[in-house]
Amino acid sequence: MNIHRTKGQKITLNISGKPRTVDTAPGRRLSEVLREDLNLKSVKIGCDAGDCGACTVLIDGRQECACLVPAIQADGRVVETLETAEPVLRAQLQQAFLAKGAAQCGICTPGLMMAAMELLRETPAPDEAQVEDALAGVLCRCTGYRKIISAVMAATTPAQVQTSPLAGAAVGQAIPRLDGQRKVDGTEVFGADYAPEGALLVRAVRSPHYHAAFTLGDAESWAAQRPGIACVITAADIRGENRYGVIPPLADQPALAEKVARYRGEAVALVVGAAEVVEPLDLDSFPVTWSPLPHALTAEEGAAVDAPLLHGDRPENTLIRGRVACGTPDAALAASAHVVTGRFETSYVEHAYIEPEAGAAWMEGDTLVIQACTQAPVMDLEDTARVLGLSHDRLRIIPSAAGGGFGAKLDVTLQPLLGLAVLKTGRPCRMVFSRTESMQASTKRHPGTMEATIGADAGGQITGMTFHGDFNTGAYASWGPTVAVRVPVHASGPYFTPHYRATSRAVHSHGPTSGAFRGFGVPQAAIAQEMLYDELALACGMDRLAFRLRNALRDGDTSPCGQVMQSVGLVECLEALQPHWEQAQREVAAFNATSATRKRGIGLASCWYGCGNTGLSNPSTIRIGITRDGRLKLHQGATDIGQGSNTVITQIAADAIGIAIDAIDIIGPDTALTPDCGKTSASRQTFITGRAAVAAGHALRAAILRLTNLAGADRMTLHEGRLTVTHGTQTREIGLSDMDPDANGYVIAAEETYDPHTTGLDAEGQGTPYALYGYGAQMAEVEVDMALGTVKTRHIVAAHDLGRAINPLLAEGQIEGGIAQGLGLALMEEYLPGQTENLHNYLIPTIGDMPPVTSILIEKPDPEGPMGAKGLGEHVLIPTAPAILNAIRDASGAKITKVPALPHRVLAAIKASRQ
Amino acid sequence: MTDTARYHRPHTLEGALALLAQGDCRIAAGCTDLFPTTRHKALGGSILDITGIRDLRGITWTDAGLRIGAVTTWSDLICADLPPACDGLRLAAREVGAKQIQNRGTIAGNLCNASPAADGVPPLLTLDAVVEVASASGTRLLALADFITGPRQTALGPGEMVTAVLIPEAALAGQGHFLKLGARHYLVISIAMTATRIVVREGVITHVALAVGSCGPVATRLPEVEAALIGKPLDPALIADRDVATALRPMDDMRATAGYRSIGAAELLRRTLAALRLEEPA
Repeated sequence: MNIHRTKGQKITLNISGKPRTVDTAPGRRLSEVLREDLNLKSVKIGCDAGDCGACTVLIDGRQECACLVPAIQADGRVVETLETAEPVLRAQLQQAFLAKGAAQCGICTPGLMMAAMELLRETPAPDEAQVEDALAGVLCRCTGYRKIISAVMAATTPAQVQTSPLAGAAVGQAIPRLDGQRKVDGTEVFGADYAPEGALLVRAVRSPHYHAAFTLGDAESWAAQRPGIACVITAADIRGENRYGVIPPLADQPALAEKVARYRGEAVALVVGAAEVVEPLDLDSFPVTWSPLPHALTAEEGAAVDAPLLHGDRPENTLIRGRVACGTPDAALAASAHVVTGRFETSYVEHAYIEPEAGAAWMEGDTLVIQACTQAPVMDLEDTARVLGLSHDRLRIIPSAAGGGFGAKLDVTLQPLLGLAVLKTGRPCRMVFSRTESMQASTKRHPGTMEATIGADAGGQITGMTFHGDFNTGAYASWGPTVAVRVPVHASGPYFTPHYRATSRAVHSHGPTSGAFRGFGVPQAAIAQEMLYDELALACGMDRLAFRLRNALRDGDTSPCGQVMQSVGLVECLEALQPHWEQAQREVAAFNATSATRKRGIGLASCWYGCGNTGLSNPSTIRIGITRDGRLKLHQGATDIGQGSNTVITQIAADAIGIAIDAIDIIGPDTALTPDCGKTSASRQTFITGRAAVAAGHALRAAILRLTNLAGADRMTLHEGRLTVTHGTQTREIGLSDMDPDANGYVIAAEETYDPHTTGLDAEGQGTPYALYGYGAQMAEVEVDMALGTVKTRHIVAAHDLGRAINPLLAEGQIEGGIAQGLGLALMEEYLPGQTENLHNYLIPTIGDMPPVTSILIEKPDPEGPMGAKGLGEHVLIPTAPAILNAIRDASGAKITKVPALPHRVLAAIKASRQ
Repeated sequence: MTDTARYHRPHTLEGALALLAQGDCRIAAGCTDLFPTTRHKALGGSILDITGIRDLRGITWTDAGLRIGAVTTWSDLICADLPPACDGLRLAAREVGAKQIQNRGTIAGNLCNASPAADGVPPLLTLDAVVEVASASGTRLLALADFITGPRQTALGPGEMVTAVLIPEAALAGQGHFLKLGARHYLVISIAMTATRIVVREGVITHVALAVGSCGPVATRLPEVEAALIGKPLDPALIADRDVATALRPMDDMRATAGYRSIGAAELLRRTLAALRLEEPA
């Protein structure tokens, strides 16, 4: 019999054919042993509950979640991680994942590959169903799974050798992502993957109540009784202003709450100390006395006259209102031949990136360095500096790789907390949110309650529309104002609407703070508008696609904001769907004729989305320099959270200069090294940072040409210490090693800024909110189980006008990933605070939920975009939910007015449609 | 991590029972339920890990029927050569999480965890499963329906552990089926699930077992609905929504409404019968 003390147990794992012995508690999670004791960091921690599969390893050849394995149970067994697995099959998988674009952020990639390895050893040429069964235990939030399936199916067949595009021809090429290798080999450094030696662990004490007053007890004594705790930190330790927020005039969120906690999971204190002491602590023993207070969890409750005010200066808990109006909508509706009206409700949606928030911080001289996952390093710097009372030059933000973001990593979470801990202890510190902390303390998609009325004339032409949406903005401001402004601007959909009034209100509640989530409220509004469009088309007796074509915005049309639109590719998108629509109609009718219990249907929806900040300056700056030894450095400050900026911006810069992408080294993002490229949000990086890259690339090219006295250049080639330029029969060589470098170390350099031209909106929402828009339309085919109300999405056809496909492979990846999130919004995602704070109660789509996607890239160039390109990242999510909901109605008659369309809601709606 | 925390991994059942007799400890096997409820990086408290006891793993035939050892995993069960009566159990095994969970989680652990949504319980109810419970003072057998006494509650007493799940020979007759209803494909806690085992002789049902899970505090058999099927040809239409609803005590939760669960359970039961009708030998 073995009786093991919790420490001092020798456990030997067989890794890569060698015994590796560690001294650990036998009941410690194997994932911890692999990561912390053996430095096998490809084993990712997404949930510590077996829900996400990011920690999947092979034990004696079988896939298991390392987070569920007590270390002792692996004693004497063969354990394979991505770093240590057999090299041949691993290399095949890595090549296939890169070539197919199967890795975006990369956080789930190691787990997926390990699951695939188990499959491929037994089944070298699996079919789709076998891949789905084998990989079903690993969640991916970026890709929509389809490219993963094709990568695994293709892994063991010889791949085509890809050649790098020639100089000047990178744009338009479907090259694998330039930062892909480290994502597929497990060496990418995410927030939890690096901390300086000896870093202390930071944990937060959080409110268990939706709304509660609290008093802190004798924390010093509590800490003193627990040797190894370095310090306890409360709001009293904050030297700067204890508030942050992405919109500085409305910054209202304390880093650590003072006296009152306004949402469940709000941090009130930090405990800092040695990891082996702090990690096992039961923080329920921390001395704090809670006095629960009345709370409101919905916008309706928050707006009630007797609701407790969350912020004294915001009457009726109203953070902000938005409005866009033109013409005389009430009169137009009254005179319309057909009018439809409806009320629609959406739920809190969790971003559910597989990487919970994590990072580390340390001092370098007088400078505090914070390395954490983020989408907005410069905003992090500004917010964190304010809280810490530091000048900006004493703070440096290094974004770690982000294991997904989708909007929630725009707001700071642990950055100020890490800063407080380092400043108080003088020691390096690290912090890693648990899945539950991540879900409690990060922002959500705004729940919306929307009412809309739309009219059409007898010929099916839209006459006018009114819309109002109340959005539950949660406890703090975050991006609530952005949602309140974006929704009325976009609620008409990309259709000519001459008479229009759309209003919105962001209402505080004690729910989680609602912030940015891919689309800033537009996906919610699109549900209302596109579902009513279906009703209106039917009322007009028109085909639903023809109805949309008739009303689609065209070049020269005026938007409800009074902006004259240019380069509108919606008609092209809808026309691209036409053959698919007609074919699907025939197939669906044939199926339904012989099926009673299962009925199929098709639905459509469109999108438009303005790229960049709404009516506000949001510049990006790109610096490019050539070193004396002949390397070209691209300072690329656009955070790549998986969407592909590292690749796309490099492709654009390479062609603007006229040089091969192989010659370019990417630097950053890092607030000490890269000029500000703004935040990765609002589908702005390809557009705005892309334009800055074009400008900087052209400037660098001009500087090179000046040095050569050539009128142009057909070829530029960098060599060790020299640059060769060829124009026609002329060749010039620039000796770089003899030149004097500038302050940044470059002998030839350029730095350029681009800021899109917009105007602020007036009281009626009139103006030019965006310099550029992207467009799209999607068609969904679903099958509804008429007896159970379950819905299976069978196929999505997605046509998106992205101006110019800088990288078609990555563009398709954005489309498929956005569709997966739209499918989740439509069918299963509903965050209920206190109930769904994990990934088994909160459902996101699995590999079995994603249908095949047919992507159609429409390229109608916009003169404002880089090489004509438009944004895409958020557009792709907007039409999916309404297209699916419209397909459900087409199939079953069920009119869904609350998402997600869970089976019981669908079945109830089917029954209601029969009455 | 307290000084008293201990982790025991005995290699014999006697050793495990002796430890259990000494005092309270949590029994660990696949840990697929233990770790998710642990907020920390290691299991705390006193743990009795029974995975070192080789005799407890595996499925064996005995004179009395089938014996599923307490640390037998779902994957073990999927790979085992079992009669058609166990098809429902095998289908359920394939729906427990995904492969990672099936490779670790145990059938006995699923019973001990006693979740109202435990995938293993309805098919085992249709197989008249018996739970073998041992302590230092002896062994007792409990019908599965008596073993699970409520949500997250079992009849295990102090010093007792499950050593096997037994399926009596008589219950291995006929053909089984299982269906689960959830809001997504894979990795889903069910809204409702049903298991069926049926014996048809000369065109009529001679024995039927119907069970429903996730529709009440514990999974349950439906004796009245079963009785109405005996002696009749296999016809899914014999299952009426009302009769099923009477037998269940579902609740509203984040996954579905109570009313939907009843309707769904009845529909799933009809579909299990329809599936079995297709499998009937001509």
